[in-house]
Amino acid sequence: MTFRETAVPESTGWRAPVGTFLLFAAGTDAGYARHVDTFGPLDVDSVGPELISVLEASGLTGRGGAAFASWRKMAATAQSRPAGILAPRPVVIGNGAEGEPLSFKDKTLLAEAPHLVIDGLLAAARAVGGSQLYLYAGPSNFPALERAISERPAARGIRLAEAPDRFIAGEASAAVNAIATGSALPFDKRRRLSESGLKNRPTLVLNVETLAHIALIARYGAAWFRSVGSAVDPGTRLISVSGPGPDQVLEVAGNVSLGEVLYLSQIDMANVTAVLVGGYHGRWVKPLDYKLSISGPASHVVRPGAGVFHVLPAGYCGLETTAGIVDYLAGESARQCGPCMFGLPAMAGVLNRIAYRERDPRLVRELERLGRLVAGRGACHHPDGTIQLIGSALDVFSDEIKAHLAGTCTTVNGRAA
Amino acid sequence: MSRTLHIDWTKCDGRGLCTELLPGLLGRDDWGYPVARRGDRTDIAIGRDDAEAADEAIKLCPKLALRVVGGGAGSSGRPAGC
Amino acid sequence: MDEALWAFGRVSGFVSLALFTFSVLLGILNRSGRRLLVLPRFSISLLHRNIALLATVFLGLHVGSLLLDSYAKLNVIDVLVPFLGAYRPFWQGLGTVALDLVAAVVVTGLLRHRLGQRTFKAIHWLTYAMWPIALAHAIGNGTDGTGKWFLVLAVASVAAVGGAVIWRLSATFLETAKAREGGLR
Ligand code: HEM
Ligand code: SF4
Ligand code: SF4
Repeated sequence: MTFRETAVPESTGWRAPVGTFLLFAAGTDAGYARHVDTFGPLDVDSVGPELISVLEASGLTGRGGAAFASWRKMAATAQSRPAGILAPRPVVIGNGAEGEPLSFKDKTLLAEAPHLVIDGLLAAARAVGGSQLYLYAGPSNFPALERAISERPAARGIRLAEAPDRFIAGEASAAVNAIATGSALPFDKRRRLSESGLKNRPTLVLNVETLAHIALIARYGAAWFRSVGSAVDPGTRLISVSGPGPDQVLEVAGNVSLGEVLYLSQIDMANVTAVLVGGYHGRWVKPLDYKLSISGPASHVVRPGAGVFHVLPAGYCGLETTAGIVDYLAGESARQCGPCMFGLPAMAGVLNRIAYRERDPRLVRELERLGRLVAGRGACHHPDGTIQLIGSALDVFSDEIKAHLAGTCTTVNGRAA
Repeated sequence: MSRTLHIDWTKCDGRGLCTELLPGLLGRDDWGYPVARRGDRTDIAIGRDDAEAADEAIKLCPKLALRVVGGGAGSSGRPAGC
Repeated sequence: MDEALWAFGRVSGFVSLALFTFSVLLGILNRSGRRLLVLPRFSISLLHRNIALLATVFLGLHVGSLLLDSYAKLNVIDVLVPFLGAYRPFWQGLGTVALDLVAAVVVTGLLRHRLGQRTFKAIHWLTYAMWPIALAHAIGNGTDGTGKWFLVLAVASVAAVGGAVIWRLSATFLETAKAREGGLR
């Protein structure tokens, strides 16, 4: 693969800084002046479609969960733009909705580095020829965003849209729906959003962290981005770490290993039962030598999803924890699609019976049957994400299941019974 | 160019008309909703033999939840999240 | 000649009402998602539609023959705008209202795929108003409306439709009601 450098750094005379891991480099509460001082200026008006090939060379993937190649989404949006001067131009939405309770890296990024996100949104819009720009985020982020937007005349066209605090509110079509109708429910995609989304315009929905990376890649180029991480997982990513210690947001290499994350978060390996990676739609893993990657064998690689790391401390029952999560997820079904609306509560019911020690060996098989029944049947990824979580719990906590069935499990979340 | 039958899950109420018309393609789940017997479960490949019955199902579905997505690799627009 | 038209007008009106009654019952059955004995669900759906269309044809004959009939003194305006007629304006007006509702329901029924489910359903609910109005019109306006045999039939169909509506409103109406109950805790 050849890496094309962006023209922007040369034209502004700004050198790529030595170093990476820059998302929070401007420090807390940085105003626009300090932002420009830290990262150098970005001449947004000179950005054009060539940014898409720079992003292709950079290998940046979406940081909202699905890890889709960002340049592909942008190219599809740009291509869907009909010809003609009166033709509707694309809509670009920065998605900062973070309904996932264990995720807080996007909120943190919006609070600490709003100008990077705005840079990225403006640059992405230029690249696809977009005309309507939105930042979709929780209301707690509004004051900082309003302040940041007011500091920059170029950003004045950006409209803020409120994301409700629901798990599913960050799903791309839910974001479009929330902006269009005020109700953050996913809809059936008869066509891709890049062809027809908000007001039937081509619509590009990018996670806010993705936008921040775009802001830096537009400045320093693809090779700079690739100087961290691996070929498949280049660059850095933000992760939200929670568990026994305090909640932390870390910027780590794209291919970081689980051990490094635990080390960086100062969590003692001996005190870990398992780690939930990727959040409520993610996967439980036991801390072996897993690496983060968007692809690879499941025995060595775990997908980062939206970058959630939740540590279950020693002495806690993973089955009970998972049952609680699935209860929550079943309640968060948008109740539009039958298999999700009925299947998730049914699975939650069976999992609770296993977790609370009903000694019936058929329960596991029933849970697996329900998973197979519901998989792939919903307007959004919610059922499939939930099934993946349950599947990983059955896998990783298989010893606990045996203990439950034998009636020998002694942990009751945290307390020895 | 393969055609697929797309189920809009937000509309389908599991009334089972389509499952009667396309018994080879669709079964019913615990709650009455259609389940594809094989392959993708939201964009279901329809063979030549099922084409007519599929059109009939689209016409008769009481909730207007079905449509044919013509040609291409099926799976048109399953959400990628973001 | 007029006698024959007059008689034909009355008979076609009754046939139309009887067919609408069946159509309403089939519509409700259709909504329940159940089959009827050996009839599959899609046949019920088709029967519902086709009987409704047949009923509409008879309704057209009913109105058309009375338009041509000189006794009824019906004119085009009376057919479309209710309560203006010369003969029993109230009861005849009910018939006009029912006709307008049928026209709306049938047209939106046939254009369902174009209008979308929401519009179709909103208009389709009008059938629950249309049927009793049509029945009242038949009883109040028809020459035989107060006849004994007609009243017996009317009572029977009120019982059937009333029963169906009560069933429609009951918790176990849907075929899948039981299975879905457990899911939604
Ligand atoms: C071209 C004509 C018509 C078509 C295509 C048609 C189609 C349908 C369909 C598809 C349904 C099921 C709706 C659902 O499940 O949500 C339905 C229900 C129903 N239809 Fe019709 N219909 C027609 C005319 C009529 C007429 C003229 C009447 C009245 C006499 C009628 C009375 C009903 C009733 C009572 C229901 C049940 C509605 C409910 O309780 O939800 N329909 N019809
Ligand atoms: S799959 Fe579930 S969460 Fe997603 S749109 Fe359908 S009902 Fe809502
Ligand atoms: S006919 Fe329509 S509503 Fe009924 S099960 Fe099939 S798709 Fe769902």
